[in-house]
Amino acid sequence: MLYREAGDFKTSYASDNQTFPIRFDRYAYWVVLLLAVCVVPFFLNDYWTKSIIVPFLIYVIAALGLNILIGYCGQLSLGTGAFMAVGAYATFKLTMMAPGLNVFVVFILAGLVTSAVGVLFGLPSLKIKGFYLAVATLAAQFFLIWLFTRQGWFFNYSPTGMITMPVRTMLGFAVTGPSASAAAIYLTCLFFVIVMAWLARNLTRGTTGRSWMAIRDMDIAAEIIGVNPLIAKLTAFAVSSFFVGVAGALLFGVQLGAAEAGEAFGINKSFLVLFMVIIGGLGSIMGSFLGAAFLVVLPVILKVLLVDSLGWPSDLARHLEVMIIGALIVLVLILEPHGMAALWRTIKDKLRLWPFPH
Amino acid sequence: MSDTVLYALEAALNGLTVGIMYSLVALGFVLIFKASGIFNFAQGVMALFAALTLVGFQTGQVPFSHLINAAFGTSIHNFGWTMPTLLAIPATIAVMVGFAWLVERIVLKHLVNQAPIILFMATIGLAYFLEGLGDIMWGAEVKPLNVGLPQGMSRWVDETTFNLFGYGFFVDVLSLWALAIAAVLVTALVIFSQYTKQGRALRAVADDHQAALSVGISLRFIWVLTWSIAGLVALVAGIMWGSKSGVQFSLSLIALKALPVLILGGFTSIPGAIVGGLLIGVGEKLFDFFMQPVIGGATENWFAYMLALAFLLFRPQGLFGEKIIERV
Repeated sequence: MLYREAGDFKTSYASDNQTFPIRFDRYAYWVVLLLAVCVVPFFLNDYWTKSIIVPFLIYVIAALGLNILIGYCGQLSLGTGAFMAVGAYATFKLTMMAPGLNVFVVFILAGLVTSAVGVLFGLPSLKIKGFYLAVATLAAQFFLIWLFTRQGWFFNYSPTGMITMPVRTMLGFAVTGPSASAAAIYLTCLFFVIVMAWLARNLTRGTTGRSWMAIRDMDIAAEIIGVNPLIAKLTAFAVSSFFVGVAGALLFGVQLGAAEAGEAFGINKSFLVLFMVIIGGLGSIMGSFLGAAFLVVLPVILKVLLVDSLGWPSDLARHLEVMIIGALIVLVLILEPHGMAALWRTIKDKLRLWPFPH
Repeated sequence: MSDTVLYALEAALNGLTVGIMYSLVALGFVLIFKASGIFNFAQGVMALFAALTLVGFQTGQVPFSHLINAAFGTSIHNFGWTMPTLLAIPATIAVMVGFAWLVERIVLKHLVNQAPIILFMATIGLAYFLEGLGDIMWGAEVKPLNVGLPQGMSRWVDETTFNLFGYGFFVDVLSLWALAIAAVLVTALVIFSQYTKQGRALRAVADDHQAALSVGISLRFIWVLTWSIAGLVALVAGIMWGSKSGVQFSLSLIALKALPVLILGGFTSIPGAIVGGLLIGVGEKLFDFFMQPVIGGATENWFAYMLALAFLLFRPQGLFGEKIIERV
């Protein structure tokens, strides 16, 4: 009933190509944004913020980054965890070296550092593809984690090998460290999500994004129509690593506060983000949101359902979760290769005609 | 001979035995890759699952006992009997064949003609599923595995090297057995693929799917066959690794090491998998031995991958692989 496009006339190219072509979607978008910024912060409690909302927002950024690389440019990466670690350790080193630097600037600089590292490990993509490239990114994963756990300079020779985030403020509010309020960390992450999602959306529908998609669909044809594969692939690695780096910086700085590379950014983190992208939908911004939400909420639901209400041992619930995620990946790839985003699209198509299908 | 050289030699020898393990896992990869073009990420977890199942059968564990206990409040753990190894191994093989059949029925059949990268991601999902299943079925604790293979230091190597160099090398007897078993396994595989009807069909499918189909070879049967053989190889790898350090999760991480092994040896070559595994095993031990004072220990974690990365840049088809002519 509400969800109609009749009467919503497009009179210019710009309005035809807008992100939300249906008026209802547009309003919904602004309402959600308004609610998220102005209303939600007043209703947060520590548990919800720390265990669901903030991880969700952080993984959205990581999933967006990986989706740019895999979904838009077609380059498989298994090194996401290590690139997040680069963001985290860059944040740590930067805050230690330049204590006066604004923490938001630090997060962005950490993203840029990760971007440079990402380009470095993306160089092999100019010669190889497919799972050969996956192995190259695995090299990044294991080498970088080894660097961060074994070379004292990176963690300032702290005896535990952990890095800890000192308290930093933004506009007078503490956003990192143990004294940061739930609302402050929520708004910090939300700010980055909004900016990054806007950036991702506009990059992927512009020249850059189209050249990525051309490379993904058929690299030789793309080269013939004038896409430079060198530039397209390396920009994809750079942008993707920037996103992932910022996500790593936020995960360490805002959510965890203290981290150890092998534990927080191991190969499992790489797979987790990869699964978010697959389940959410390859090559879709909305998919990154859906996938991140699903895989952040699933363990919590399973824990509440099995451990808290049925009294099962928690390790059993964790194994069941691993099994369910694996089965879901296979199922999604078989039944709906474009993930939850494609389901969402189907629902929207049905809604446009509902309740009068003719 | 100076001490350093001797120590290096000992490290290399031990690397060789680790390398055999890598080779065994890599062998499973190559078999499946040749027959179906699928890069089976789940190979390492298959080894873990096979070893878990073997231990479970041997000790007479009740499958899913944790789940049943949690769901119904019972406390069953064992059937109360133990199975002799000679019976447990065929039973495990039967489970792996059943698994191969299920994988073909449920997963592969629906993913025919998909891009290799999609299939690769599907096997990652399969690996996760199998890992969770193994833990739920048999429990996640580290289990000792004993199939009657001798263990401990090899006296023979110790004495021979002592007589030769005046310094006895420490080599596990189990590793020597692993070497012998790997050799037997490879020989058996070669004989199977060269001299039997099914082996010939296997090679035909590896050569050209469509041509094989058109002369009446059942593709689906061949896939079940290859996944079963890969399951068998996984079982052997699982037994070896499990007898050495207990059946535990780290076994599936060995699978990741098999990826650089394959790049070194070439994705399509069985001898390549063996040689690649040995090279990586020796290489990482020697690198660690010489570089430890300079850049710190635990370089085994990444040496193999970095070596593979270097190889990818200069010789992407590996040492023995077929030349891939493809513009990127």
